[in-house]
Amino acid sequence: MTAIVGAAAGPGPTAAAEPPPPGLRRRRWVPYLLLLPGGLWLLLFFVVPTVQLAGTSLYDRSGSLELGYTQTFAVGNYIDAITAYWPHLVRSALYSGIATIICVVLGYPLAYAIALKAGRWRNLMLVCVIAPFFTTFLVRTLAWKSILSDSGPVVGFFRAIPFVPDDFRLLATPAAVVCGLVYNFLPFMVLPLYASLERLDGRLLEAAGDLYARPATAFRRVTLPLSMPGLIAGTLLTFIPAAGDYINAELLGTPNEYMIGNVIDSAFLVRLDYPQAAALSFLLMATILVMVFSYVRAAGTDEVV
Amino acid sequence: MNTDDLVLENVTKRFGSVTAVDDLSVTVPQGSFFALLGASGCGKTTTLRMVAGLEELTEGTIRLGDKDITELRPYRRPVNTVFQSYALFPHLNIEDNVAFGLRQRGVRNTATKVAEMLELVQLPGFAKRKPAQLSGGQQQRIALARALVNEPQVLLLDEPLGALDLKLRRQMQIELKRIQTEVGITFLHVTHDQEEAMWMADTVAVMNDGRIEQLGAPTEIYEFPASPFVSNFLGQSNLFAAEVSGTNGADLLLTSHGERFAAPSARAHSTDGRVWLGVRPEKVRLALPGEDTPATHNQVHGVLTDTCYAGVSTEYLLRTPWGQEMSVFSANAAAGEPLSPGTEVVAHWYPPHSFVLDRRLGEGDEIAQYSADPLGVAP
Amino acid sequence: MRFWRWVANHWVLVVGLLVLAYLFLPIVVVFLLSINKPANRLSYDLSPQWTFEYWLHPFGAAGIGDALRVSVGIALVATIVATVLGTLMAFALARHRFRGRGATNVLIFLPMATPEVVMGSSLLALFVTLRVPLGFWTVVVAHILFCLSFVVVTVKARLATLDPRLQEAAMDLYANEWQTFRKVTLPLVLPGVAAAAMLSLSLSFDDFIITNFNSGTTVTFPMYVWGAAQRGIPRQVNVIGTAVFLLAFVLVVVVQLRGRRKARFV
Repeated sequence: MTAIVGAAAGPGPTAAAEPPPPGLRRRRWVPYLLLLPGGLWLLLFFVVPTVQLAGTSLYDRSGSLELGYTQTFAVGNYIDAITAYWPHLVRSALYSGIATIICVVLGYPLAYAIALKAGRWRNLMLVCVIAPFFTTFLVRTLAWKSILSDSGPVVGFFRAIPFVPDDFRLLATPAAVVCGLVYNFLPFMVLPLYASLERLDGRLLEAAGDLYARPATAFRRVTLPLSMPGLIAGTLLTFIPAAGDYINAELLGTPNEYMIGNVIDSAFLVRLDYPQAAALSFLLMATILVMVFSYVRAAGTDEVV
Repeated sequence: MNTDDLVLENVTKRFGSVTAVDDLSVTVPQGSFFALLGASGCGKTTTLRMVAGLEELTEGTIRLGDKDITELRPYRRPVNTVFQSYALFPHLNIEDNVAFGLRQRGVRNTATKVAEMLELVQLPGFAKRKPAQLSGGQQQRIALARALVNEPQVLLLDEPLGALDLKLRRQMQIELKRIQTEVGITFLHVTHDQEEAMWMADTVAVMNDGRIEQLGAPTEIYEFPASPFVSNFLGQSNLFAAEVSGTNGADLLLTSHGERFAAPSARAHSTDGRVWLGVRPEKVRLALPGEDTPATHNQVHGVLTDTCYAGVSTEYLLRTPWGQEMSVFSANAAAGEPLSPGTEVVAHWYPPHSFVLDRRLGEGDEIAQYSADPLGVAP
Repeated sequence: MRFWRWVANHWVLVVGLLVLAYLFLPIVVVFLLSINKPANRLSYDLSPQWTFEYWLHPFGAAGIGDALRVSVGIALVATIVATVLGTLMAFALARHRFRGRGATNVLIFLPMATPEVVMGSSLLALFVTLRVPLGFWTVVVAHILFCLSFVVVTVKARLATLDPRLQEAAMDLYANEWQTFRKVTLPLVLPGVAAAAMLSLSLSFDDFIITNFNSGTTVTFPMYVWGAAQRGIPRQVNVIGTAVFLLAFVLVVVVQLRGRRKARFV
């Protein structure tokens, strides 16, 4: 179980890169040999396409697949893309940002409960956090369509509240999209947090109590700082995929809620406007990287890997 | 007939800019129980690992008998190790653990040998259990069995008793000594516990900063330490800064803080200039002023500052006229009240119980602290 | 009164359990949908009519069996390759010091940090340029790519918990490097490799975005569901969803219980 947790904890600062113990002689070429197949794969199918995508984003947009593209270093593609689709970029950042915050609010107590209060039930609870993953992503999201549907119990409950308008709905609103995002990425928040909190020595809290700290203070000054690596890893692992997601927007929202992912998808697969699609992709990457690095810097850690 | 002594010659180990083991040369006689004693970081474990083949030497050679094993991989050396953390394979049961080395060497019927070894470490019938089911002491004995069953030429023990509680440790010390005598294999034992080393070993090498400061039988190095470090790492010593002022036959005459002392030249590592005059606390007697004390004894007058009554003995601390604290152990051989703080006393001892060490420039405050520290904190 | 005292002392646990319930809610709904006969094809609501017909004919909807078979096939191939490659890389990173270690770590982190949209589209561009026909194998290639990083991280985490003294002990007991690996390291790292494989399987089976970009006319199960979302989801989809969930849940619980009976490894 810890292995799966470790995986979901991802490359966060909790996975420190320790060198192996000194002493035993190693043939110098062994690590390179081990890395070769996987490294080649990553190089060929990740690095090369990404570089190519960068090149594509600078093609002349008037070309097409049949007629061929001319490389014109058209930085204007980026300008066009931003002017046309900046609302979507903003919406992506906004929805995933809100979703991430909600995930923190919901996920921290759960992670805390599992790490420090669950006792014997800890492993079972962990399984329960990961289990919903096993139903496919789409099937889960569609279930939300049923839960939030206009004739369902949730909407019914809200409509029953006195000053709520009768045509109140949840589906096809930003709320539904955010709800879907929160639901689908909550485990990515909980698991790294759990990994961090699990290492917390309970005696530190006892010591804090012994030194006159009330529970809230002990949390603020002991638990929270020590769980920072997990919190950061969780936030990153939640925010990044959420920003690029478009399934939730498409299934639970309307074109008014479409995120940048939807635009990129249609640009690639429907409109076949490859240069613009590539430019949009890089804009998304750039937005994410900027937010990630400023966040990491502000949180005071320089370990992202 | 070649004896299979373990010989380390000019062995040096550097980790980057840190020298862990510095030009070490030592011979471990075959069949002896040899202890490498020192504080953490002195290089004893590194030395052990180099003998095992788990660390590469930066310089020097290691020979077993007439065979140079310096370049050999660990699995080609007739040497086995008992690790500090036992390192039992968690996924194998006890029998497979103990038989591991045998099976690697192609031995077929391991069952009888394993059973014999389990008998030797007094854990018969444990063959089918898993390491996680055993207590710390039991795991330690299995680790020992796993190493011994291969009948190595040298058995290396890396602080194997460190994790055990006091009573169990005592028990295991006796066990290990018994087994070594019975089996006759060379044991190289690394420890920071000086009592353990003196108890068990035939020869003790005291290490400090990557070098051996003194090597010899326990009585030898205890009664006649070679340096201030050894004098306070093994037990405690009172050290007085002194100068050699002359000789008187076979004795050395010394002056310290205006007082005169004598010590046999045979008990001196340095016979002129600046020295330390040392005496062990248990060799010193206390007398009240006015009482008769033997004329030949060295004497120091002082005032008692502390009395620690421990039943078997009493430790007294007294302050000398020049402000140094001196420690005296007095066995409570006769019934009676211990002396109380504030009493004026005369500390005296038989001159041949002294030892004289070389005093180097700058070795002032650091060493003075040894004498002043009744707990004998190692440097 | 005592109830509220208990809640005050244990409010964190209560909130945690509530969140857990929230996580399971859709699963329950999926199950309910699978035994419910919808009022019409496009409805997502629970109608008053309940039936087990979908469980009795899970492959009744057209194309669902094929889509499932494709998904499983892709998942198996991708898992095997990604697990092997990833484990090798994990060993290199965890056990060796070499130049370029930091760069390799970043290289492995990047796919996890890249949005699926970007990865999928850039791979598509590559395939198009190389004129590789899109289909089963392009999807496999894509899946291996993103599973690789997760495998490396999982196995590396497991390797980090392994006591390096065990390897030394084995060598001290006459096992050479290969024998040590085979008899000591491999058995102890296997739970981590197994966890990585399971993670890989679920990531691959579950993937939609990258698959959608690179599959051409091949249809995987998630793609089938996506396509059906426009035309009306056959309830068999929910049956499959619930069945996969139960299967995986039982599997994980069984592994957990077996792990607990042996000495603590996990």
